[in-house]
Amino acid sequence: MIKNLNDLAKIREAYEGKIAFRQHSKNENVSDGNIKKHVLICGGTGCTSSKSVQIKAEMEKAIKEAGIENEVQVVLTGCFGLCALGPIVIVYPEGTFYSRIEIKDAETIVKEHLVGGNPVKSLLYSETVKGDEILSLNETAFYKKQKRVALRNCGVVDPECINEYIGTQGYMALGKVLTEMTPDQVINEILESGIRGRGGGGFPTGRKWAFAAAQPKGQKYVVCNADEGDPGAFMDRSILEGDPHALIEAMAIAGYAIGANQGFVYVRAEYPIAVNRLQKAIDDAREAGLLGKDIFGTGFEFDLQIRLGAGAFVCGEETALLTSIEGNRGEPRPRPPFPAVKGLWGKPTIINNVETYANIPQIINKGAKWFTSMGTEKSKGTKVFALGGKITNTGLVEIPMGTTLREVVEEIGGGIPNGKKFKAAQTGGPSGGCIPASKFDVEIDYDNLIAQGSMMGSGGLIVMDEDTCMVDLAKFFLEFTVDESCGKCAPCRIGTVRLLEILEKITSGNGEMEDLDKLEELANYIKSASLCGLGQTAPNPVLSTLANFRDEYIAHIVDKKCPAGVCKNLMSYKIDQEKCIGCGMCLRQCPADAIYKTDYVAPGHKLPSLAIDASKCVKCGACMTGCKKINAIYKD
Amino acid sequence: MENMVNIKINNREYSVPANSTVLEAARYAGIDIPTLCYLKDINEIGACRLCLVEVKGARGLCAACVYPVNEGMEVLTNTPAIRKARKTNLELVLSAHKKKCLTCIRSTSCELQKLCLEYGVDEDHFTGNNNEYPLDASTASVIRDNEKCILCRRCVAACKNMQKIGVIGANDRGFDTHIASAFEVKLGETSCIGCGQCIVACPVGAIYEKDETAKVFDAISDPTKHVAICAAPSIRATIGECFGYEPGTDVEGKMVAAMKALGFDGVYDMNLTADLTIMEEATEFLARFKEGKNLPLITSCSPGWVKYCEHYFPEFTDNLSSCKSPQQMFGALYKTYYAQKVGLDPKDIVFVSAIPCTAKKFEVKRNFQNAAGVPDVDVAITTRELARMIQQAGIDFKSLNDEKFDEPFDIGSGAGAIFGATGGVMEAALRTAAAVLESKDLVEVSEVRGTEGIKRATYTLGGKEIKVAVASGTANAKELLNSVKNGEKIDFIEIMACPGGCVNGGGQPTQPAVVRNNVDLKALRASVLYTADKNLDVRKSHENSAVKKLYDEFFGEPASHKAHEILHTKYVKRGL
Amino acid sequence: MKKKLTTVAFNGTAEQLAQLDELIAKHKGEKGALMPVLQGAQGIYGYLPIEVQKHIALSMDVPLSEVYGVASFYSQFILNPKGEYAVAVCLGTACYVKGAGLLMDKLESLLGIKNGEISSDRKFSLDATRCIGACGLAPVLTVNEEVYGRLTPDMIKGILEKYN
Repeated sequence: MIKNLNDLAKIREAYEGKIAFRQHSKNENVSDGNIKKHVLICGGTGCTSSKSVQIKAEMEKAIKEAGIENEVQVVLTGCFGLCALGPIVIVYPEGTFYSRIEIKDAETIVKEHLVGGNPVKSLLYSETVKGDEILSLNETAFYKKQKRVALRNCGVVDPECINEYIGTQGYMALGKVLTEMTPDQVINEILESGIRGRGGGGFPTGRKWAFAAAQPKGQKYVVCNADEGDPGAFMDRSILEGDPHALIEAMAIAGYAIGANQGFVYVRAEYPIAVNRLQKAIDDAREAGLLGKDIFGTGFEFDLQIRLGAGAFVCGEETALLTSIEGNRGEPRPRPPFPAVKGLWGKPTIINNVETYANIPQIINKGAKWFTSMGTEKSKGTKVFALGGKITNTGLVEIPMGTTLREVVEEIGGGIPNGKKFKAAQTGGPSGGCIPASKFDVEIDYDNLIAQGSMMGSGGLIVMDEDTCMVDLAKFFLEFTVDESCGKCAPCRIGTVRLLEILEKITSGNGEMEDLDKLEELANYIKSASLCGLGQTAPNPVLSTLANFRDEYIAHIVDKKCPAGVCKNLMSYKIDQEKCIGCGMCLRQCPADAIYKTDYVAPGHKLPSLAIDASKCVKCGACMTGCKKINAIYKD
Repeated sequence: MENMVNIKINNREYSVPANSTVLEAARYAGIDIPTLCYLKDINEIGACRLCLVEVKGARGLCAACVYPVNEGMEVLTNTPAIRKARKTNLELVLSAHKKKCLTCIRSTSCELQKLCLEYGVDEDHFTGNNNEYPLDASTASVIRDNEKCILCRRCVAACKNMQKIGVIGANDRGFDTHIASAFEVKLGETSCIGCGQCIVACPVGAIYEKDETAKVFDAISDPTKHVAICAAPSIRATIGECFGYEPGTDVEGKMVAAMKALGFDGVYDMNLTADLTIMEEATEFLARFKEGKNLPLITSCSPGWVKYCEHYFPEFTDNLSSCKSPQQMFGALYKTYYAQKVGLDPKDIVFVSAIPCTAKKFEVKRNFQNAAGVPDVDVAITTRELARMIQQAGIDFKSLNDEKFDEPFDIGSGAGAIFGATGGVMEAALRTAAAVLESKDLVEVSEVRGTEGIKRATYTLGGKEIKVAVASGTANAKELLNSVKNGEKIDFIEIMACPGGCVNGGGQPTQPAVVRNNVDLKALRASVLYTADKNLDVRKSHENSAVKKLYDEFFGEPASHKAHEILHTKYVKRGL
Repeated sequence: MKKKLTTVAFNGTAEQLAQLDELIAKHKGEKGALMPVLQGAQGIYGYLPIEVQKHIALSMDVPLSEVYGVASFYSQFILNPKGEYAVAVCLGTACYVKGAGLLMDKLESLLGIKNGEISSDRKFSLDATRCIGACGLAPVLTVNEEVYGRLTPDMIKGILEKYN
């Protein structure tokens, strides 16, 4: 039970050495008493699904067998970010980076590295092996350019151990605000930090808090939006899985600032690991006296409850989230009144997303000045992005605002695989837009992305190469919003469907040039007239691809061609008669009996070439897969 | 003194109440901003996006119906961008609407149609695939056509928010969102009470009454049938609205003339059986009050309420008055007393009632409503259907000369006249009870008048304190009955299913939202009844000479054995 | 997407009902409890049939239409249960031209259920799916995660026997 700041300090002192053991610069000497090695295994959703929990068990078994269980601590952490290389195992103090580990590798690592002292080179992430030298995790290109603030404890602490969090100066900020600061001072600090909402619109967090604080005293609520729904974005999940106490601490600080004693965390039910860890963290915090009545003996009371979503993207919109917590269909409500004035059950409520909250304790601990030292003029701090699509290092990266798109893609992301060319990046998921290659050097911040017709959104960043059809991409995102529209307001309910139908008309080869005007007219209408953020941003993928890749639309309409060879109705499969050796691999794959033997035998070949009967072809592409070796089949 | 703020609408300055919305403020400025989904107090959801306006400094366009005004605000309601947005909105709505406008029951009274004309929309500007929905004609009262539904949710607001019943709601989501009952069961299989409030809330032709005018026309032209019609107290106060009269115009004489012109063999006044109901019900009350049994006695004139009671409060069915409703009493009386008197076979009589109510279409089909061995009433047509018959028959309503109801059922007292407004039945009963118990002359019982949802009063009659209450709208009925369940002592309760009573019934003429939101229809229509009452010489049921004659000639006395056989009925416990 | 309603008869047990009542009692008086109750009820029954939703509506004094409105809004609420073994026949173009329709006919007759239904013992459910991208193996079907390709109707019996 932590009754005051002294109690907290005692735990911190006992655990900070452990944390330093995993977070030190190369030549610094660290020790953790008798413990010689820390083995950190990623327990994020990605690595868990590739059996990291079993690897941990196997590792512990081998450690016990080797009799070194008192010298080694094994920790299941949150996500390290480099999901493409999972499961990931890191050994400290050296920071050795094992990637794509399998269960059978556990024993080898224990024997050779933990007992024998020699890292298993064959299992290391190849980029960390430079001849005889082995780089640590933090020396890799992926991590070097990152600045981890919101993710600082992910992959560092055991998320199920409250004391490890306290060892990272955890709950110090809460202690500080409760004992040294007035609610107004807290809000001022947040205002001065300039932090803006990390979930979508980028509204200044401090102003939100100030509105709610200005409401008459009485029941108020603090809500965390953890209904992360953008396809491909998973930073909030990672924080919940890797550092749940940071969220709890931040929400309690927010409660103090606005005068609320109750908080709700609305989490996607699709995140079972996150939910379990958060629940454990809440229980532990309550038991430690860091939630509940009389926190730090100051009389301040605050508690938290988890509410699960049930599969509706629109509930990421703040008013829809509130109606959902209230037990209704997740339909948004008109604003004003804003939630800060009239929110949950009509009471003043602030809603911030997980990443925003994760920044708060550090802003309090290190001060607004520290925070404003990162980022651009109007976008302070860092932002986490989920890198995906045609990129080498798929995963989570946290960068200072103002980092260029090129740096993110080429340096941190490791570039585009297979020597393909960068075509565009989509930010902001289905609410955002694409940034074309010509804007590759744009400095990423809220306002620059909006100026490009895109938005920050929650931080999805999908990289596309020349094989991506931009019309098809717009269609893909629109299909998503059509599926997820709540159906309450007419512009979004009907408009997005009509928009999608026009895109389908174009991609199926029936488009007319007037359709482009209609697309623009309708898209702009839906943007200006929809009830909530979902509808207001749903047309962005259409508008931004139209603005940047209009020629591709025209190719679909006028030439009846899909330049990227994606839209099935506008392409055909052909066999290069000169390359074909007549082996028949494609013929055996074809489900439609569309491939026939010709009379032509190409020079140097023994068998006659094959050809595709376009009238029978169903364009499934199975033949092309069959012809991988010879590569004689191509799209036209 | 109301708090005011200064705002600019279309660059002109106005001072408007601080708690108003932009929509309300614009009305002060004489500007009607179009709406589809908005119904004051019950459906303020900002969903149809038709009322969009430009507010200086706000992001995007704003929905005027829910946007609060504030000091210094600048609003533009009629810019090219707004006109274009409204037009596009309507074109989208039309792209998902079954455009059978020429033959739609709401053609010319459709709010969507009116707006489409005003904004000059192209009905084929957007086209696309739409979902198919079956027509639901499973109840006796209401038909739902989801392919015409524009998802404004006014019907849901009426059913769920106003009536607190909620047998319909929004199902599924996105483009598949549609209004239906749980698990897509038909309305007839739910606990729908048939009040028809969803119908009068609907801006288009997606919900309407089951039209039975053809049945009536057929009967009239069948020479073997004797066809009679009686007019419920409240329809003379409303049917004028179908012919261009302002709400609150009494058109009794023209209505009677039109009924006669339609060719009915007898045209009668239901005010008479309203008086008869009072005779029976007052007697029933006094008996129960004396014994202290099955109190509170609750009125049973409103068939929507009766069905509500059977579904939602089956424990109160024994408290319901066993009296048939005035409609059913009339049919029963006609097919027994009158048939015998003039020598008609009840089987040859087609008795039609013209009523403000869709639930009555269910009531005529109930058991224990067949005094002469055939249904007491054959067809119940709503005010709207009657108006439609008059139009179809080519009768120029406005130019008709007033006529009078036919004898011998032409006399109603003032007490009968006010049956159509909430509190009217109670007031009528109190007038008679006061006279019977202590020969007191009691008229104009102001405590039970007015359109509040629940009214309570206490009277001392015959040396005893009698507590009465009046509720209109099932939400208020629910609240009142829950209070009785929790121990509140009341002796006599009047309940009507529709808010405001029959004048605001589900069978009454539809009025567009702009009227519903800005005019107190309930009070305006009720005023016709109270004026009629005031102008009558006979204002108490027991003083109605026609009623006296009925007892003298036929029933003997109230609650006699014969009266019980013909004028009383039974209920069932339906549950949910 | 429109929610699919079930055709399978409800066979809830007394134990399940007791669990449901306990769940509702636990949330009694709690604001906004409908969602957690529906989530819990789905945990108990595996899906949310009308009988369960009706019980929830009556116990919580919420109109059934509101309960259903919520249940049909969120994609995680299931109104039509899947079988222990979910059989899905790919009816994408490639599979269709290779006779996937005949596979479906055969499955319907062997399982005695129609597309979209579930067997009365809840062992098998049958659905058609869009292209699953295994065109080279056409026609294909999946049983849970397992993929079966290059099928003919006479092979169906053998596949089903594996799960019996």
